[in-house]
Amino acid sequence: MSLDLVKIVDEQNKRQDLPELRPGLTVRVHFKVKEGQRERTQIFEGTIISVKGKGKNVKTITVRRVSFNVGVERIIPVNSKVIEKIEIVRAGKVRRAKLYYLRKTTSKKSKLKEIRSY
Amino acid sequence: MSLGILGKKVGITQVFTEDGLALPVTVIEAGPCVVLQKKLTATDKYSAIQVGFGECKSKNVPKPLLKHFEKVGSAAVSFVKEMRLADDNEVNKFEVGQKITCDLFKKGDKVDVTGTSKGKGYAGVMKLHNFGGAKGSHGTHEFKRHGGAIGQHTDPARVFKGKKMPGRMGNEKVTIVNLEVVDVQPEKNLILVKGAVPGKKSSFVVIKPSKHSK
Repeated sequence: MSLDLVKIVDEQNKRQDLPELRPGLTVRVHFKVKEGQRERTQIFEGTIISVKGKGKNVKTITVRRVSFNVGVERIIPVNSKVIEKIEIVRAGKVRRAKLYYLRKTTSKKSKLKEIRSY
Repeated sequence: MSLGILGKKVGITQVFTEDGLALPVTVIEAGPCVVLQKKLTATDKYSAIQVGFGECKSKNVPKPLLKHFEKVGSAAVSFVKEMRLADDNEVNKFEVGQKITCDLFKKGDKVDVTGTSKGKGYAGVMKLHNFGGAKGSHGTHEFKRHGGAIGQHTDPARVFKGKKMPGRMGNEKVTIVNLEVVDVQPEKNLILVKGAVPGKKSSFVVIKPSKHSK
């Protein structure tokens, strides 16, 4: 019974406005960045290679992109308030929950087959 | 010498702030507490109120205590504490049977939380007193987590009092000071404090305004 109260607090802190996030999606994550007094939006685009903490307040996604031949990954707590929105760009067909194998692939192999109907 | 509230540790989680920080918080179900008795200088030689918290079955309460609750008209409670107040005027602000709720505190307040820590059982000196232990190699055997020598020789021919040795660890009263109140939800009787609080889930805690904050 007492644990349910933690769930209540968790629910209050969860964001309801985000799309369903799953591995293989290419997403554009809009961050709110504060520079002194000014606030601007920074966009990070990449493929979701892992989703952790499903159903929890601490849910994170790992977004990977290759920029200037260097792989960059960002672990993003999706319930954080600095995220303005998350757009889905493309859906890739995947058969795994964690796409860590993409780290070892290059060029053509690292491209996921698209699901058109998504 | 200030009024606090009794509560029950519910669990820990995290909440996000507007500027993107993830704060570790302990959720405490605090109050409503019933004022069971007023203690005044004339009768008891000090000023305090006795408060109770935590529903329980009346069969689990000693009969004298049960009569004490009946006199007030309160249901049986499992956790009873006294709160010392500055003087009798402070005590007379309360009525017996009155409820104290968690809106005593507000967001941003600093509080001290007292509870009973988790019992760790019989622990060695490394865990209990942060001893260094012995070397891992260079001929050491069967001595890696020992405490070393405990005294001198013929003089003084005894072990000094207070020598740190293995023993029971935990299960004692601990106060964590200066915790920040992150959120108060009076409709659900919840207080969220930043950081950890002694004890296991569903253990009782006392929340008081911090003595140490400026």
